[in-house]
Amino acid sequence: MDADPDLVVQTEHLGRRFGKLEAVRDVSFSVRRGEIFGILGPNGAGKSTTIRMLCGLLVPTSGRGTVAGFDIAREPELVKTRIGYMTQRFSLYEDLTVQENLHFYAGLYGLSGRRRRDRVGTVLERNGLTGRAAQLSGTLSGGWKQRVALACAMLHEPPLVFLDEPTAGVDPVSRRTFWDEIHRLASDGTTVIVTTHYMDEAERCHRLAFVFRGALLDLGTPAEILQRRGLRVAETVAESRAMLEVLRADPRVEEVAPFGARLRVTTRAAHDPAAVIREAQARSGAPHADVTEVRADLEDAFVSMVRDDARTA
Amino acid sequence: MTRLLAIAWKELIQLRRDRPTLAMMVMLPIMQLLLFGWAIDTDVRHIPTTVLDFDRTAASRELAHSLEATGSCDVIGAVHDPAELSRALRSGAARVGLVIPARYAEHLAHGHPVTVQLVVDGSDPQSVSSATTAAGGLIAQRALALVMGTAALREPPLSLEATTWYNPDLRSAVNIVPGLVGIILTMTMVMLTAMAIARERERGTLEQLVVSPIKRWELILGKILPFVVIGYVQMTLILTVGRLAFDVPVVGSLALLYALAFGFIAANLAIGLFFSTIARTQQQAMQMTFFFILPNMLLSGFMFPRDGMPRPAQRLSEILPLTHFLRIIRGIALRGAGFDDLRGELGKLAVILCVLVVLSSLRFRKNLS
Ligand SMILES: Nc1ncnc2c1ncn2[C@@H]1O[C@H](COP(=O)(O)OP(=O)(O)OP(=O)(O)O)[C@@H](O)[C@H]1O
Ligand SMILES: [Mg+2]
Repeated sequence: MDADPDLVVQTEHLGRRFGKLEAVRDVSFSVRRGEIFGILGPNGAGKSTTIRMLCGLLVPTSGRGTVAGFDIAREPELVKTRIGYMTQRFSLYEDLTVQENLHFYAGLYGLSGRRRRDRVGTVLERNGLTGRAAQLSGTLSGGWKQRVALACAMLHEPPLVFLDEPTAGVDPVSRRTFWDEIHRLASDGTTVIVTTHYMDEAERCHRLAFVFRGALLDLGTPAEILQRRGLRVAETVAESRAMLEVLRADPRVEEVAPFGARLRVTTRAAHDPAAVIREAQARSGAPHADVTEVRADLEDAFVSMVRDDARTA
Repeated sequence: MTRLLAIAWKELIQLRRDRPTLAMMVMLPIMQLLLFGWAIDTDVRHIPTTVLDFDRTAASRELAHSLEATGSCDVIGAVHDPAELSRALRSGAARVGLVIPARYAEHLAHGHPVTVQLVVDGSDPQSVSSATTAAGGLIAQRALALVMGTAALREPPLSLEATTWYNPDLRSAVNIVPGLVGIILTMTMVMLTAMAIARERERGTLEQLVVSPIKRWELILGKILPFVVIGYVQMTLILTVGRLAFDVPVVGSLALLYALAFGFIAANLAIGLFFSTIARTQQQAMQMTFFFILPNMLLSGFMFPRDGMPRPAQRLSEILPLTHFLRIIRGIALRGAGFDDLRGELGKLAVILCVLVVLSSLRFRKNLS
């Protein structure tokens, strides 16, 4: 591994088994300073496990990795001084108030006296928590809990933060604010590694890693990933059961999915999805409805990648 | 230091908000103290006794009265044949039966040997043994007087003068109160520590804790320091109530007692820490504590004297910190023992403490594996 100081995270063939289960296998990637790096993957893909290894919480069973220049297996305690980590499950003390939680975590990171008070005040304000400082954390609603958790992860101004599904259960408006905050952090030079199941959030990452069954399926910017997948998508309004059957049986079709009154059809770039739909309309005797080609998005890429992998496995 | 204090401060806030636990930690010692102090008296007296008198003379009646006069037995009535006696014992109406043979007075007067029978219900050995002892003493005294002629005439050739030190009235509270300090401390210290860490694991807060750069020893010390304070509060509570309600004083040096108690408290905290590395949930931590308390209650000498135990049980009890602490606290509180008197026990306690600390800190890991 070359010691490029701008590569904040580097992993080589990183793997972790739990008994028989290979939760993460052969994962290699690197993340640059100031980057927002997204990890995508279905439930149980190994996202949290990967993050835990990078945080020095789990020892890898194979491969190696460095975070902020420290080896995650040999120097986990040094790694811990450089990172902030927001866990997937709310893990602050419910029987402590928001302010007490922040004070406690500030203390854990060695902040004391005036500096502690200043930092707690700053993050309270920045996350819009000032009015809730004296509320018991356990009585906060889901979205507010997430904000407190983010505030805690940022208290000691770490150069690198790991956010594990930070916006799970958060309303769309708050999610926007959350991501504005993430972008602000990144432009200040903080590196952010984040997992999510929301594709609109994935689009807002600089680079993405797609993981499935513990393995890395693709790595790159959202545009690169879309291009590599090479998908085309068309939509139509009409929907008949017979046409759906015809489309599902068509080998050129990657994916058919109804969205309310619309039907979304995905094919590989070699085929024209609009033409495929029109053919199906003719063959099933469905009425000729308008067909429009639309831009393929990350969700299409994600679904197709997972399907592909499941087929070959 | 900042990190250690942060943890200790957090534990105290959580404890303050956890009213039921807090109440339990105060009520448990007081309740146990009152129960053990008042309700439990190992010195059994006033055992219901019935008399089967085949002689029916002044002498035979006088014998029954003398037995009652020892205080161990209460004559609750008389029966008229063996069948009636066995019914009285079987039903539990009487625990002891005194059988005086026919022609008792006459045989005595002529110097013929007489045997008086005492039938006891052995299902509760402890309660009847005092009746047997009392009756045995009474009869031996009578026999001696008969051999020597009239008792008033001469001094007996051999006599015993038993002097009881430290607890002259032989009250069991005097033995129980210091013992309770040990038992209560064992129970709460082990349970609090084991549960405090299991709770973090269960609620998922442990992950956030171990991802911080806190050192292992800071985490451990910060977590258990508040419990040391609680331990001392409980000890003070028991000693104070013991003094006020049961008149059990601390004869020796309080300062020495409090200083030595630290080693014992620390040993229990280490045990709790060890349990916490095994227990995944608070419930498991609780079960382990109860599992651990039982041998402590039975083998340490808290309830039953260790002198009567078989060798293997005695050996086993030597590895319990409580066994040694009981000798220390009873020594200081009841007999006024000083540091030099307790050196041996202290040494053993120190060895146990070291082993426990090494074991539990080796097992306690700062990651999630
Ligand atoms: N401590 C553990 N012991 C045993 N198996 C584990 C452990 N942690 C995770 N696993 C298993 O490893 C696999 C990956 O889990 P992981 O939590 O990393 O998935 P994830 O991608 O974060 O999923 P999600 O989106 O649901 O959060 C799962 O099959 C999980 O059951
Ligand atoms: Mg996860």
